[in-house]
Amino acid sequence: MTKTDMDVEISRNQGSVAGAGEVAARAPVVIEPGMGRLGLDLAEIWRYRDLLAFLTWRDVKVRYKQTVLGFLWAFLQPFTTMVVFSLVFGRLMKVDSLGTAYPVFVYAGLLPWHFFAESLARSSQSVVASSNIVTKVYFPRLVIPLASVGGCLVDFAVSFLILVGLMLYYGLAPGAGMLVVIPLVAVTIIAALGVGTLLSALNVAYRDFRYVLPFIVQIWMFLTPVVYPLRAVPADWRWLAMLNPMSGIVEAYRSAILGRPFAWGDLGVSVAVSVFVFLLAVVVFKRIERRFADII
Amino acid sequence: MPMSDPIIQVEHLSKRYHIGARERYRTLRDAVVDAFAAPLRRLRSFGRSSHRSAETIWALKDVSFQVHRGDVLGIIGPNGAGKSTLLKILSRITEPTEGRAVLYGRTGSLLEVGTGFHPELTGRENIFLSGAILGMTRREIRARFDEIVDFSGVEKFLDTPVKRYSSGMHVRLGFAVAAHMRPEILLVDEVLAVGDAEFQKRCLGKMQEVSEGGRTVLFVSHNMAAVARLCGKALLLTGGTCRHWDDVSGAIAHYLRSGGGGVASYADLRDAPGWQPKRQVVLTSVSTHRLDGREACGFNTGDGMLIRVGFCLDEWIPAYCQVNFMDSMGQRVMSVRSTHAGPPLELSGDGCIECVVPDIRLAGGEYSLMLEIGREFPHAEWLDCVPDAIRLRVALGDYLRGFELARGQGVLAQRSSWSVLAATSTPIRAEGTHGLREPHTEYGRLVG
Repeated sequence: MTKTDMDVEISRNQGSVAGAGEVAARAPVVIEPGMGRLGLDLAEIWRYRDLLAFLTWRDVKVRYKQTVLGFLWAFLQPFTTMVVFSLVFGRLMKVDSLGTAYPVFVYAGLLPWHFFAESLARSSQSVVASSNIVTKVYFPRLVIPLASVGGCLVDFAVSFLILVGLMLYYGLAPGAGMLVVIPLVAVTIIAALGVGTLLSALNVAYRDFRYVLPFIVQIWMFLTPVVYPLRAVPADWRWLAMLNPMSGIVEAYRSAILGRPFAWGDLGVSVAVSVFVFLLAVVVFKRIERRFADII
Repeated sequence: MPMSDPIIQVEHLSKRYHIGARERYRTLRDAVVDAFAAPLRRLRSFGRSSHRSAETIWALKDVSFQVHRGDVLGIIGPNGAGKSTLLKILSRITEPTEGRAVLYGRTGSLLEVGTGFHPELTGRENIFLSGAILGMTRREIRARFDEIVDFSGVEKFLDTPVKRYSSGMHVRLGFAVAAHMRPEILLVDEVLAVGDAEFQKRCLGKMQEVSEGGRTVLFVSHNMAAVARLCGKALLLTGGTCRHWDDVSGAIAHYLRSGGGGVASYADLRDAPGWQPKRQVVLTSVSTHRLDGREACGFNTGDGMLIRVGFCLDEWIPAYCQVNFMDSMGQRVMSVRSTHAGPPLELSGDGCIECVVPDIRLAGGEYSLMLEIGREFPHAEWLDCVPDAIRLRVALGDYLRGFELARGQGVLAQRSSWSVLAATSTPIRAEGTHGLREPHTEYGRLVG
């Protein structure tokens, strides 16, 4: 049987002519103005999981191709930042580091922060940078910022290994509390995805976000307890700090890594804010998504 | 088996675009100012189109039709009629302003060759990336990988970054990946316009295979010959409205008869429709002249010709310019390109490019010129393209000793010289069918 015979056979039987794992009967696609639920269609994103994987892989691969240091760039930035901050805030200004060596203290905070900041930087540009495919093929556009956050996860993993090395260097044994980092990563992803998705959609409509963002991120870092502990913030202003979802998250990372007691309340607030921002982001994204191909 | 259920149902589909010379990106500053000026209006219109320009065009207006399973529908029409917009809407890339369409099958779109290719990745990696973007799963791509490589003919270069590929290889690989999508409904937009003749032949062959396989295909093309060959039904779109034909040759004839515009020696291109609804205006005018500079729109085969193309750029680019000659069937019969003649043209600001064609070899007929201009380095990419920019007429004249070429004798007029190298001394004359005819009637044979 030639290939064409087989195809005719399949279409006559009204089965799907797609590859093996596809469902035979698919619901009809209705195209009309104002279409699409504003909610998160996880089933569709699951169907496009291969595409998500490929886009993530592409981002990572392309980032380090043709660079001499390759993967080392992944950890170089947080590492050098840690060195500089240790000198300035640790030695010079003697910021309270909760009894541990300042480099470890600040690196534990830089790790999630760097992941968050990089995710924002990449995902905010992601949709505009993908204009060539957005105008030519259909796929759930949410996959684009998702892939850029995924790419940053790889960097995070590399930096995490450096953290372990750093801790051993300072004579701190990584405790069982480190395992809590895993669910924390999930929370950080939601926070990063939330803000990143929101920015990626807004950036398509308002192009000047890309100039404003680096400045905002820099200020945001100082508003988050990365270089200082949360307890350094006076009690009256603590509520303001908690509006920032990364506050609770960064503190939680530090508690897990340094084996200190958890501030569950703070973490809870951060998780709630992150989830709220994420849901808001999905709604805004879906709203602007309809016009992507027209305005990009 | 009832064939009455349509696989695509389109009802009153309409699409409006906002255009205007002052269109620019919205900035945060505008948004903030507006927020202060009329806060409620901003909130209500958030996310929706908020262009200040009042100029709108209806790319599609009240289009309705049905497609049944297994139909191969050719979508034809003049430029700017909304054909690409229709495909974009059916591909869910852009949403309609009014109306609705329902698709009862898995759709695959081939709107561009090489979608998703990243220049830094190798051919192998790009096959997977592009395949995934087009909607294939990893398993499907792996299963069809060898076929794709075979079809593209780039096996030797599979592990080199795609930025090193020639444009021909690029196009072949892109099409190879796309050709192995197996959707139930395939939407194809003008992909036959790219690539060389060999590639076009392959494309057509593959499309034929696809259509014979029982798939439903919607095929937008300017190439009437291809449409006539592949399609069983046709949809003629003019100015956004449509008319359905069950007789493809009838549709083509109707379209050609009502073909707009006539021959001219000068055309202003600033408002001309481009290749896509949104056009980046680089080409501003075109004119055709005899070799001595006089404007002309009629030429004889063998004459020389000057083509002057006006351009407007706001940066310096090393450019190429290409003039494609399309015959009345929409087939590209000849291309002249600046890269064939020398190094890239250095263009910036406002200016004019002149192309000299020392001798036209086209046979008689009316030809439409498609202009294309773009960047040559670091890799060729087009910036502006105007199909049907200007038309001219070519007459065979005395090129072939006063003879005309019949339909089907080719698009080129090629001179040749003939002589007899050997002949027997006595002419053989036999009764019946194989006799040599009288010498003077040999001339009648030339006209065929």
